[in-house]
Amino acid sequence: MSTQASYIKPKTVNEATALLASGATRILSGGTDFYPSLGERVVQDAVVDISGLGDLRGISTEPDYIRIGGLTTWTDVIRTPLPRALYALKSAAREVGSVQIQNRGTVAGNLCNASPAADGVPPLLALDAEVELISQRGVRRMPLAEFIVGNRKTHRRGDELLSAVLVPRELENAASKFVKLGARRYLVISISMVAVVLKMSEEETVLAARIAVGSCSAVARRLPALEHELVGLPANRDLGARVRPEHLASLSPIDDVRATAEYRMKASLQLVRRAVNACAEKS
Amino acid sequence: MDRTQQMTQNAPKESIIDPIAFRVNGRPVTVGSLPWQRLSRVLRDDLGLTGTKVGCDAGDCGACTVLLNGDPVCACLVAAGQVEGCDVTTVEGLAERTSPSGDFLGRRLQESFLSHGAAQCGACTPGMLVAATALLEQNSSPNESDVMDAIGGVLCRCTGYRKIITAILDASTNCAHEWFVSPNAGAAVGNRLARLDGKRKIDGSEVFGADETPAGALAVRAIRSPYDRARFHFEDFKAFFRDNPGIEAVFTANDVPGINCYGVIAKFADQPVFAETEARYRGEAVAAIVGDAAVVESLNVADFPVRWEELPAIRDIDTALAEGAELIHDHRPENVLVRGRVVRGDVDLAMASADVIAEAEYETGFVEHAYIEPEAGFARRVGDQIEIQACTQSPYMDRSDIAAILGIAPERVRIIPTAVGGGFGSKLDLSMQPFLAIAAWHLRKPVRMVYSRTESIVSTTKRHPARMRLRGGCNKDGKLVALDFAADFNTGAYSSWGPTVSARVPVHASGPYYVPHYRALTRAVHTNLVPAGAFRGFGVPQAAIAQEQLYDELADRVGMDRLEFRILNALDGTTPTVTGQVLGAGVGIRACFEALRPRWKSARSEAAKFNRLPSGALRRGVGVAGMWYGCGNTSLPNPSTMRIGLKRDGRIALHQGAVDIGQGSNTIVTQICADALGAPIERFDLVSGDTAITPDCGKTSASRQTLVTGRAAQMAGEKLRGGILKLAGACECASLVWDDAGITVRDGAESHALMLKDLPLDERGYVITSEATFDPPTSPLDENGQGSPYCVYGFGAHMAEIEVDIELGTVRVLRVTAAHDVGRAINPTLIEGQIEGGVAQGLGMALMEEFFPGKGENLHDYLIPSAGDIPPVESILIEDPSPVGPFGAKGIGEQAVIPTAPAILNALHDAIGVRLRKIPATPDRVLAAIQAATNQNTTGVSRG
Repeated sequence: MSTQASYIKPKTVNEATALLASGATRILSGGTDFYPSLGERVVQDAVVDISGLGDLRGISTEPDYIRIGGLTTWTDVIRTPLPRALYALKSAAREVGSVQIQNRGTVAGNLCNASPAADGVPPLLALDAEVELISQRGVRRMPLAEFIVGNRKTHRRGDELLSAVLVPRELENAASKFVKLGARRYLVISISMVAVVLKMSEEETVLAARIAVGSCSAVARRLPALEHELVGLPANRDLGARVRPEHLASLSPIDDVRATAEYRMKASLQLVRRAVNACAEKS
Repeated sequence: MDRTQQMTQNAPKESIIDPIAFRVNGRPVTVGSLPWQRLSRVLRDDLGLTGTKVGCDAGDCGACTVLLNGDPVCACLVAAGQVEGCDVTTVEGLAERTSPSGDFLGRRLQESFLSHGAAQCGACTPGMLVAATALLEQNSSPNESDVMDAIGGVLCRCTGYRKIITAILDASTNCAHEWFVSPNAGAAVGNRLARLDGKRKIDGSEVFGADETPAGALAVRAIRSPYDRARFHFEDFKAFFRDNPGIEAVFTANDVPGINCYGVIAKFADQPVFAETEARYRGEAVAAIVGDAAVVESLNVADFPVRWEELPAIRDIDTALAEGAELIHDHRPENVLVRGRVVRGDVDLAMASADVIAEAEYETGFVEHAYIEPEAGFARRVGDQIEIQACTQSPYMDRSDIAAILGIAPERVRIIPTAVGGGFGSKLDLSMQPFLAIAAWHLRKPVRMVYSRTESIVSTTKRHPARMRLRGGCNKDGKLVALDFAADFNTGAYSSWGPTVSARVPVHASGPYYVPHYRALTRAVHTNLVPAGAFRGFGVPQAAIAQEQLYDELADRVGMDRLEFRILNALDGTTPTVTGQVLGAGVGIRACFEALRPRWKSARSEAAKFNRLPSGALRRGVGVAGMWYGCGNTSLPNPSTMRIGLKRDGRIALHQGAVDIGQGSNTIVTQICADALGAPIERFDLVSGDTAITPDCGKTSASRQTLVTGRAAQMAGEKLRGGILKLAGACECASLVWDDAGITVRDGAESHALMLKDLPLDERGYVITSEATFDPPTSPLDENGQGSPYCVYGFGAHMAEIEVDIELGTVRVLRVTAAHDVGRAINPTLIEGQIEGGVAQGLGMALMEEFFPGKGENLHDYLIPSAGDIPPVESILIEDPSPVGPFGAKGIGEQAVIPTAPAILNALHDAIGVRLRKIPATPDRVLAAIQAATNQNTTGVSRG
């Protein structure tokens, strides 16, 4: 026998977290992962629809952070003027599914769904983003890199809402680039994707580099060895050539219907080189 | 349970029974839907707005796109509770929707879609129109790339997107479209007439398989094998009924009243409605549950009382053919369903004498039809008759098989075909119909079944995977002397159209060339995989991938231009085909190749120039491929009977039994009939292919409807004209004038006005009924496959210009030029639509489409081209008339898909010097081939 479904649409964050604390099991927001995950089943959960929490929608600038509210859609990201380091995030937003998906799907949902192929994760990892989680017990923050722990696994507790993504402003004017590789133009799950944030000095040497690769491991990964090695190098079109296969050693891609693991490694190397060069050339 | 009830009590306002109020198409509505119900279901089931289509329930296809407060969203991903207080616009509201600018952009788009032929089957059309409306409201002067971004989330399987893009761009600049301009009587053929069924495709009123639900209909859901092969045992049904109130019945093999066996070719019929003891493929049905729709839908199929015992399965051709392999069907030794053979001349001797020889091996995978409309329909028992209304390509074949399954006479089965949201061959086979028929028969209640996308992919037929080996020889002057071709097809667990694929391929594997010495042998081999069946071209697209690449290799070895090599070897009216048929007239293949020559030369030099530049990772290439394809059944009868009736009001009922699956037979057949009769198009009323009222026009398959039904319609039209003249006592040369009063017959200076309203009616209720049957003249093939299998062939040649990223292995098609000899272009717009759609499917087959049974049974893992993947297509129509076809016309449906993939693959070799032996050429395969070639040989020469 199936479990009885229920549905509540709270109007305040407090009401929502109270419901979660009382044991509601499924959060519904944009619905773009919620419904596909049902497959041929019908809703059988106690659903908390948080889409009415208007306070959580939108992007604001705080002294140290750019705050992306938990209900901010990909279309909101595309339409909101943002500093240069977030251009990669805007590019990723345009690649999320389709316009229809971008209009509903939220940045926070993309992170909580924790697909290895989530388009939002690499650019936010490269921005050193943090997540803010709220519950009746209070608010806590955690680096995104720690938040997602595996394929569809995060540190969000059952009683928590992802209330915001916080992007530190430290590098907000750095160059950034997002590249996605799929087997067709639209509505495509990535074979691999790369986000790069590159901060350059006035003399055009690399001051800081942050590089993340998605779809090539259970959780998108930063490439710290490469980031470290690029610092101090001249930012020109030869910069990408510095990227070597061993820089991608932390990736652990799989074979699936989209591509072989071997291909993912080779293609990712090219994508990282191209994204690094694109940032260097923009400087 | 307790916890949930607790929560519900705690919720002060939002209890689950609260009505939901919002606006739809400007009207306030209140629904009592469950708040977590998908908006798509609320619109369709609760508000009757069935214009919004459901193609996947996962946001993968965009068919359900609606505007939510002005923004396009997938209605399948929005909860009913989320639209409280919102404004929703569906396709039904587009015509009246006033845009913020005060324009009627939706209506303008609808008219533009009609005039450009942007709607074919119509299943994606509502989503396309809604997405396009949102674009034009936000951007009044979009460019092509804006349009692609806007419709990138709506998949189309028929049109190839180009006419949709053109229609949207045109609507952005052009306010008025006169989409229906009626040609004068006698001038319909050759006219770019808008589809006669077009209006209902753009306003949401078209009725597809899932769009009607009889009152009180019960839902049917199939229980399917989760394993490639499994024995199964049913457990306690009584307990199942007890635990699931609302379930009325479970049917299994024991409940099939007639024979539990069907198949599209009677001689090979082998597929049970329900497996009896063992399921032979993943997705095969073993039982069907029938009951209250909500109960059936919410059932967890894992709770169904069946125990599975997985058995070792055969998944590939080699294992199936291996000595001692278990037989999938006891009566088919070696697991071979059927063999095909065409032999002419002495291929071994000729090959030995050839100056140059090339050989190769190619492999292709399963290809999914991926029409936007999953299978759906309903059935009801009316006394001792059964009625099935469903999407189908073949109403009369369905009728025969359902009659046998129920054990009743075919006359007691009525098939009412709905509009078909894409078929491409798979809706020739039965899918949900047997379950519906059995349930309605036993329960005497209406029953309905709508396949989910996964169910559609898992259980319905696919394009046959092929493994082909071939060897060809030519002389130094480039003249082909011999071709030796062998192919095995993975036909899956049941016969379906395996025999047809095995028979068609040997006839066609020469391509449209004179090949004096020829041997082509095929086998359709059973495995424990989903049945492979008919898919646009019956195996010929696979064979063309092999043969056209081999011809490039031969041309290269004799140092000839690849296009000129084809022109040199092209068939003409005097050279025999590989079955020994001399066609005489209507062989336009040479003209097709010659039409490509100017673009071929310039494209080749542009590509060479591009490749000389320091262009980083990009390389360009140009490829060409030819095609021929026989229209109608291979050496078998396939008559169409057309009935038309003159009514007392001067209108003509056209009993159009040639199911229009989007290709346009409703329009083409009418155009032909109108000119044969000499009546204006607007006098015609289309009568559907309902088997109770319309004679058999055969299946919509084998590119036969324009030829066979078209010819029958021409004959019926001429006959009706004869009948009218006789009534007026006028001579043959008299002309008909269609006026308000009826018909006036002008015979020289004399004029006879026919007072139709005073004339007696025949038993069919018409003043005159005219009926004509046409069966294309063919002859049987002998043991060497010699004879005349078809009376008409369509010819064509495609040229692809592509760009390869050699670091990523990705391929972008920049442009396709497609020349087709269509005999006579009855409706050039519809023919271009077939060509562009064929190019899109060919591109998908070449670059991205492969179905792996058991994996990726959805439209985000199985990829078909999106709007951004299809290049501009230039269609060149050659009219070398067929002596048999109506007004000289030939088929185009399958012809259009065949040459695209080989042209792209030849272009790939041209660009990077590599031939892919395994198709599709996905980025990982292309990159691996590039690197293997680089490692083997620094010059990058291809290796077989």
